[in-house]
Amino acid sequence: MTTTSESRVPKLRVEDLEVTFDVGRGRKLHAVDGVSFHVDEGETLGLVGESGSGKSTTGMAVLRLAEPTSGRVYLGDTEVTGLRSRQLRPLRKRMQIVFQDPYSSLDPSMTIGQQLDEPLKVHTSLSKAERRARVDEALDTVKLSRRYTSRYPNEFSGGQRQRIAIARAMILDPELVVCDEPVSALDVSTQSQIVNLLLGIQEQSRTSFLFIAHDLAVVRLVSARTAVMYLGQLVETGPSARVYDAPAHPYTAALNSAIPIPDPDRQRTRDRIVLGGDQPSPLTPPSGCRFRTRCPFAMEVCAEEAPPQYPIDGGGYAACHLHTHGPQLRGASVLPLIHGDHLTTPLVSR
Amino acid sequence: MTTASKQAPLLQVEDLTVQFPTPDGLITVVDRVSFTLDANRVLCIVGESGSGKSVTALSLVGLVQSRGGRISAGSVRFAGEELVGRAEKSLNTVRGRDIGFIFQEPMSSLNPAFTVGDQIAEVVRRHRKASRRHAWARAVEMLDRVGIASAAQRAKDYPHHFSGGMRQRVMIALALACDPKLLIADEPTTALDVTIQARTLELLKTLQREQDMGVLFITHDLGVVADIADDVVVMYASQVVEQAPVRELFRRPQHPYTAGLLAAMPQSALENNTPLVGIPGVVPQPHRLPSGCRFHPRCAHAQPGRCTTDPIQLRLLDRGLVRCVRAEELRDPSAAQAEPAPIEGVTAQ
Ligand SMILES: Nc1ncnc2c1ncn2[C@@H]1O[C@H](COP(=O)(O)OP(=O)(O)OP(=O)(O)O)[C@@H](O)[C@H]1O
Ligand SMILES: Nc1ncnc2c1ncn2[C@@H]1O[C@H](COP(=O)(O)OP(=O)(O)OP(=O)(O)O)[C@@H](O)[C@H]1O
Ligand code: SF4
Ligand code: SF4
Ligand SMILES: [Mg+2]
Ligand SMILES: [Mg+2]
Repeated sequence: MTTTSESRVPKLRVEDLEVTFDVGRGRKLHAVDGVSFHVDEGETLGLVGESGSGKSTTGMAVLRLAEPTSGRVYLGDTEVTGLRSRQLRPLRKRMQIVFQDPYSSLDPSMTIGQQLDEPLKVHTSLSKAERRARVDEALDTVKLSRRYTSRYPNEFSGGQRQRIAIARAMILDPELVVCDEPVSALDVSTQSQIVNLLLGIQEQSRTSFLFIAHDLAVVRLVSARTAVMYLGQLVETGPSARVYDAPAHPYTAALNSAIPIPDPDRQRTRDRIVLGGDQPSPLTPPSGCRFRTRCPFAMEVCAEEAPPQYPIDGGGYAACHLHTHGPQLRGASVLPLIHGDHLTTPLVSR
Repeated sequence: MTTASKQAPLLQVEDLTVQFPTPDGLITVVDRVSFTLDANRVLCIVGESGSGKSVTALSLVGLVQSRGGRISAGSVRFAGEELVGRAEKSLNTVRGRDIGFIFQEPMSSLNPAFTVGDQIAEVVRRHRKASRRHAWARAVEMLDRVGIASAAQRAKDYPHHFSGGMRQRVMIALALACDPKLLIADEPTTALDVTIQARTLELLKTLQREQDMGVLFITHDLGVVADIADDVVVMYASQVVEQAPVRELFRRPQHPYTAGLLAAMPQSALENNTPLVGIPGVVPQPHRLPSGCRFHPRCAHAQPGRCTTDPIQLRLLDRGLVRCVRAEELRDPSAAQAEPAPIEGVTAQ
């Protein structure tokens, strides 16, 4: 960075992260393959992509809950990837995670009060009374009654447990919270409560969030910026409104058009990209662009060269040859291609 | 088939009631549910987790008994013929041949020990009395229809060789192999990624039109309903709270719960550029149902007495059915806006 302002240093920096799993018989699975991004202080970055694209592994690697094979992760000035395991402990205070499954992430044998008190006991020197006050405060933040401290997780509904998990993640006032599909397991009425709760917390705290979800609509609501992941790589990033309204990568456009609009007339008449093909195995990703086996716009070059990150009008980048080859979009949205008649093969179903 | 089947609706469910014995006593998880599905139509049942959608579907084809449940009242007529009370053997014939079923738990209907081709062929042989060779040919044809590439080859693969989305299509092939007149699909796309879901829905719509099937489609996602339904039944706490043709339901939801579900969808907030509106509280458990309107502890329009004392009846209103005493008043937006906060003791959980 060449800017002078210190505050411009992002809270989280991930550079060229790779996570490889050994899956036996000498085979390696590249779950995360060269991913770079940053999250500013107080900012929420949404990370979307379909099942198996490597979202959770990315989140876990940031926290060193999965071991990165290569690449660097920085929290502020601390290089997380350089720390030995016993140096990780102070870091736990600064980074937290909320998981999808509120049932398994809480300890069934501990009361809510004990679970919220535990991190305070381990990481702070607060007195018992002070800790008690912090627990009450945390429950207030997630809009749960202070009386719940003596109850056990099994007495709570899925949404309430997710509130408790959020309270526990926030109680040490962390610098970064990774939320791994925190609302995916919830019903829509409960999901909306939790989304609104997270929006409230974002406004009041300086905490940065990495918000992982497969639901682009939820991500757009809670994240200022969005990164789209496909088969271990980021294919597009940018301000959420831009990514949503003017996607510059065909996969993002397909994801968008696959979210049904709750209006029968519009849903049934809109242009949609229905992707053919199946998700390729992450063990044998396609050459060149990994999306090419399902991409309606795939060109010859797509099989030969991995597409470079091309800057997009309105912010962010897309890794797609369409910006430099074929229609040469040069940073514009792919939507006109989908609506238009530039291509000979039928792409969209009505 | 009797002659009555010519005029009778494809599926007519009346006052269907299903109970389960539990440590908390007998619970009613499907409470006098009625609806009619005609041939070549798609009826969606929508509701949140635990509202009774799956139990409703399972009970239609005699599959709740084995799960410990009991149909304690009501009638299910398929093409005019009563299914409730029929012997397991005769139900077994109807299932698979005339009624295809896609289960919510995908692996429960595919046997990991047999190839997918064998499994489909077996169903065809059993129900259609086809020869081994014809049954296999039919299996390959069905796999091809649902978009499995090189179907003749893939038919020889085992279920675990397929991705989640492909397995779901195999299940569709299995359910439709005998050309059923009715398909019951319980959350057939819920476990799938959105792009695969979109494709699977397209496939189901195409097959439904080609085979003139009636489809009973169960989902918790109103977006999917908007995509596929002709008619919609909304369930809440074991009961039908609203029923309407799909356009009416979305244009003007008559029940506050339906309206709440719509407003709670992130897509709604994005489309209308409004804040996301949650529904406070949680779905009640079957053994702890509120008095009066079962939705009243969560309803912004609840009135003490009127909404909280006597059970609310499902009644005809315009082109649909609604279970709300205030449905007419609430249409007037000024009346709806001037509402006080939810009544006493109710907070967001
Ligand atoms: N411990 C592990 N050993 C081997 N492979 C793994 C392991 N964890 C994850 N994977 C594989 O890595 C890839 C990425 O998985 P990951 O869980 O990060 O995906 P995801 O995007 O979070 O998916 P989902 O939306 O289903 O949660 C997948 O192919 C997965 O099977
Ligand atoms: N075998 C059983 N024994 C006791 N109760 C049961 C049984 N099966 C279902 N129930 C109860 O019946 C109610 C309705 O369940 P059902 O599975 O029909 O819900 P659903 O609407 O399909 O929900 P989901 O969206 O989670 O699939 C629930 O309260 C459930 O706990
Ligand atoms: S690089 Fe080629 S295959 Fe990949 S998304 Fe762009 S057009 Fe499609
Ligand atoms: S009957 Fe009363 S409480 Fe129930 S939905 Fe209607 S207004 Fe709300
Ligand atoms: Mg994950
Ligand atoms: Mg169900």
